[in-house]
Amino acid sequence: MRGAPDSIYFLQPSSLEKALQAYGENPDSLVLAGGTDLMVAWNAGLLNNKKVLDISLIREIRGVRALKKGVLIGALTAHADIQRNAAVRRHFPLIQTACSVVGGLQIQNKGTLGGNIANASPAGDTFPVLAVYEAIVRLISRQGRRALAFMDFFEGVKKTRLLPAELIESVEIPYSRKGARRLFRKVGTRAAQAISKTVAAGLLWVGQDGTVEELRFALGSMASTVRRLVKAEKFIKGKKLHRDAVEEACRLLKDDVDPIDDVRSTREYRLQISQNILRSFLSEANYYENP
Amino acid sequence: MRIKLTINKKKRVYEGAPFKRLIDVLRENYELTGTKEGCGEGECGACTVLVDGDPVNSCLIPVAQMNGRRIETVESLGTPKSLHRLQESFLREGGAQCGICTPGMLMSAWAWISRGGSARPSEIRRALAGNLCRCTGYQHIVNSVIKIIKERKRESRTK
Repeated sequence: MRGAPDSIYFLQPSSLEKALQAYGENPDSLVLAGGTDLMVAWNAGLLNNKKVLDISLIREIRGVRALKKGVLIGALTAHADIQRNAAVRRHFPLIQTACSVVGGLQIQNKGTLGGNIANASPAGDTFPVLAVYEAIVRLISRQGRRALAFMDFFEGVKKTRLLPAELIESVEIPYSRKGARRLFRKVGTRAAQAISKTVAAGLLWVGQDGTVEELRFALGSMASTVRRLVKAEKFIKGKKLHRDAVEEACRLLKDDVDPIDDVRSTREYRLQISQNILRSFLSEANYYENP
Repeated sequence: MRIKLTINKKKRVYEGAPFKRLIDVLRENYELTGTKEGCGEGECGACTVLVDGDPVNSCLIPVAQMNGRRIETVESLGTPKSLHRLQESFLREGGAQCGICTPGMLMSAWAWISRGGSARPSEIRRALAGNLCRCTGYQHIVNSVIKIIKERKRESRTK
């Protein structure tokens, strides 16, 4: 079955204020931003007779702004625009890399960061990166504004902590300490367009004497939501990256994820390849950074 | 809903359901049937058109989002009697086989070429990564694009 255009009750506010009002009055609406996920469901005939709130015309929440303490990415900023932004390229290269492997160019030109986050797929390619940069999701509704730590935003597969009639306004990415070794690695069946089997991001600060000051490591497609490797991060802190310590960190990886067997991969493969990525990141510098 | 848009340099005023997809508006309202629908999921890129110069999947866009935008379809390139040189290059190099991916391939390639994209195969492959060819004729497609970029460079040097 196909989508029947006449069956849609369509709202298209021109400003953020009007959008919040329209959403407040119609909290049962589906929010449309870039449409790269919503329109797929539409094409499958799953959204007939629904209300759609198209927020794509709202200019206030599009674009990247430099702040004193980081950058602020408006929810409606497309993945292509994020990649092109000078501040992002300079301070948050992992975000640029992650945005460049989301779908193909057609998807990157249309799909928005806020839409991707609100969609809450376990496989979101930018999510591990936002997790290690410790991003903050800023939310807005008629009742006011609030903010959630990126890791607190997700509740489960396709489930978020957005309240009724609440929108993502922007994503704040705070600067992190300089000198981090960094990694982004997506494993899929092809370089582009593939949904990840596993997707990893890491930041590692090592002191002059070779002890780990801090590790941040996150994995996507490895649980119902993106996961930080809390146990491995805690274990490796203050240790030198000797073989035994690296192996123990890789063993601990399993405690913070719970991958499944599905059409794209198996639990076993996902665990093995994720451990391999962590192992090479900890032992070999950033050879595995994507281009 | 009334939507003003420019399609292949012609100003158009669409009146109808806001949630009609761009691909259906192009094919049904304006008889521009060059744009093909493949998967309907944003995976194959057969429906690729350019919006303000950027390649996008026309099967994933409700026409209501196109007010004031500039759209280019494969019909903007050439006609059967007078092919665009990119189309000629596809013919010469064997870049078109069954043909279903070709309109989308051409538009993604044209977006790359017209913005001064390089002739490096790895970069061309990235630019075309959102377009699938199930005849798997990728090498010939990439060659078709390389040839025309090199031709254009030679010409701009001799000018």
